[in-house]
Amino acid sequence: MARITLDNLAHSYNPAPASEDDYALKELNYDWEDGEAYALLGSSGCGKSTLLNIISGLLMPSQGRILFDGKDVTRAPTAERNIAQVFQFPVVYDTMTLHDNLAFPLRNRGRDESYVAERVQEIAKMIGMEDMLRKKARGLGADAKQKISLGRGMVRKDVNALLFDEPLTVIDPHMKWELRTQLKKLHHDFGHTMIYVTHDQTEALTFADKVVVMYDGRVVQIGTPEELFERPAHTFVGYFIGSPGMNVIPAKVEGTKAYINGSEIALGAGYAPVSGKVEIGVRPEFARLSESEGLPVKVRRVEDAGRHKIIRAEFFGQDINIIAGEDDPVRADMTRVTFDPARVNVYANDWRVAPQGGEAA
Amino acid sequence: MQQKTTNHKAWFLVLPVLVLVAFSAVIPLMTVVNYSVQDTFGNNQFFWAGLEWFQEMLSDERMWNALQRQLMFSGIILAIEIPLGIFVALNMPKSGFWSSFCLVVMSLPLLIPWNVVGTIWQIFGRVDIGLLGYTLDALGIDYNYTQDTISAWITIIVMDVWHWTSLVALLAFAGLKSIPDAYYQAARIDQANRWKVFRFIELPKMMGVLMIAILLRFMDSFMIYTEPFVVTGGGPGNATTLLSIDLVKMALGQFDLGPAAAFSLMYFLVILLISWVFYTVMVNLDKKGM
Repeated sequence: MARITLDNLAHSYNPAPASEDDYALKELNYDWEDGEAYALLGSSGCGKSTLLNIISGLLMPSQGRILFDGKDVTRAPTAERNIAQVFQFPVVYDTMTLHDNLAFPLRNRGRDESYVAERVQEIAKMIGMEDMLRKKARGLGADAKQKISLGRGMVRKDVNALLFDEPLTVIDPHMKWELRTQLKKLHHDFGHTMIYVTHDQTEALTFADKVVVMYDGRVVQIGTPEELFERPAHTFVGYFIGSPGMNVIPAKVEGTKAYINGSEIALGAGYAPVSGKVEIGVRPEFARLSESEGLPVKVRRVEDAGRHKIIRAEFFGQDINIIAGEDDPVRADMTRVTFDPARVNVYANDWRVAPQGGEAA
Repeated sequence: MQQKTTNHKAWFLVLPVLVLVAFSAVIPLMTVVNYSVQDTFGNNQFFWAGLEWFQEMLSDERMWNALQRQLMFSGIILAIEIPLGIFVALNMPKSGFWSSFCLVVMSLPLLIPWNVVGTIWQIFGRVDIGLLGYTLDALGIDYNYTQDTISAWITIIVMDVWHWTSLVALLAFAGLKSIPDAYYQAARIDQANRWKVFRFIELPKMMGVLMIAILLRFMDSFMIYTEPFVVTGGGPGNATTLLSIDLVKMALGQFDLGPAAAFSLMYFLVILLISWVFYTVMVNLDKKGM
């Protein structure tokens, strides 16, 4: 296991990148702490798989260094990095038995057979396939195959990191949950450094200690699920995480007040003058319908999501979402909306602006 | 309940196909069957002979020798073309201009008519004017396909390899191309060496197309006629007289219609039998998940 350091790392698939737009992965500095579970979250094509392949050594970055425990491995081939990776589509060796599949990485490294047999038994137990070891891998279902890929990744005790590239995409929904729980347990029991790429926020938030949100080749925020929820550093994070995502409304900000079309909204803290494209962001969870307080809003539709209601409304010509509790009334005379001042974030050119005098607790 | 409509006029729609198949396959085959059970002394007079011709052919050393040569020929070319084709496919560029270039160049031999292939090699191997024959002769190598059995065999085998290895290579290449990148990446992570990548990833994924390649090449080579006939005419002596060459000699050279018909029916059954065995083995392998 190792701490993985990314130093000025960037990658472009274009051999002669002219501008920043040519980079699939924009410059990045980060330390992946030893033994933590990370999720790399972002929509398709945002560079998350590129980053993963650079860490695993399947791709050579066009710039920067990768260090494992302080040792430069940028030019080291995959085999030397001693990492394990599970891919989106399950990779199993069809002609081998399950036992041989699991034993493959160990045998390739010349471990003796008694050790191999012992490890294979342990792993088979872990993935719940002990009684199938003599079967050929071909003809198994996608989830069973993915479990084997997972097992092959885990079979080496000394791996520096376990990388997952959207491993549950081809798995049935009910199996997804089971496998994810198993992964979480494995992490808990063995403490491998794990990096999990996904575009599914639920997967990311439930799996990881820290979530790395990527957008357009850039890491926009790294934080705990709570931080991502409460203080999205970029409007993309606000919009991508949460269901529905954060409401982002163009506004003018002066001191402790924001103005939307001239109407005043209280902010939880004071802000220095902000320039550029200024917006405020409020999660639907922190907006509330009201009869008399706040600003006018036109309710379009109410969706009952079971434990809460999602109110789709129009606010100064813009769509916003409000989440109300299951038992909160939604009546025709509730034509105003209020925001919890402490939960309103201010954005300039899509990036969050820190309030004056530090963050409110 | 919905009434099923019955319209016997629909049979007219399949009539063209039936007529076509009848004239192209069924009637000629039945003619052969007809010849195989009769004897004639000319004048279009036929006498019932029963299974006599079949018995005669089965006890005739000539057919067994031809069959032996035929099996040897098919065996040798398969043993060369399949591994060579795989080797070529493995070493072809996977994409880009050179990949297309290789594909085009390799398909060229497949597009040449068999007769022309025979003629090319017939001239190529001649000791007096052929580039190959003359060169070998000048180097002091005793090569003469018209007189020497070994030379004749080498010539027709090299010719077949030249003509058909591309087919195997193209099929194998198609199989290779269908392997997702993740397999190679996983193999790198599992630290598999080149041989293991071939043995456990590439070969299993190519198995299906390779089986087809083997079947095609076997059937084609088992029925081969034109190319060796043009080059050696079955000689020297009977050294390269393969089954179909022998058959043509018997039927059209000696005009022994009865024995030749019996011969060709057995020939046909052998091919059918081997293809069936092949098919069964393939399907079983698939089921067993080998």
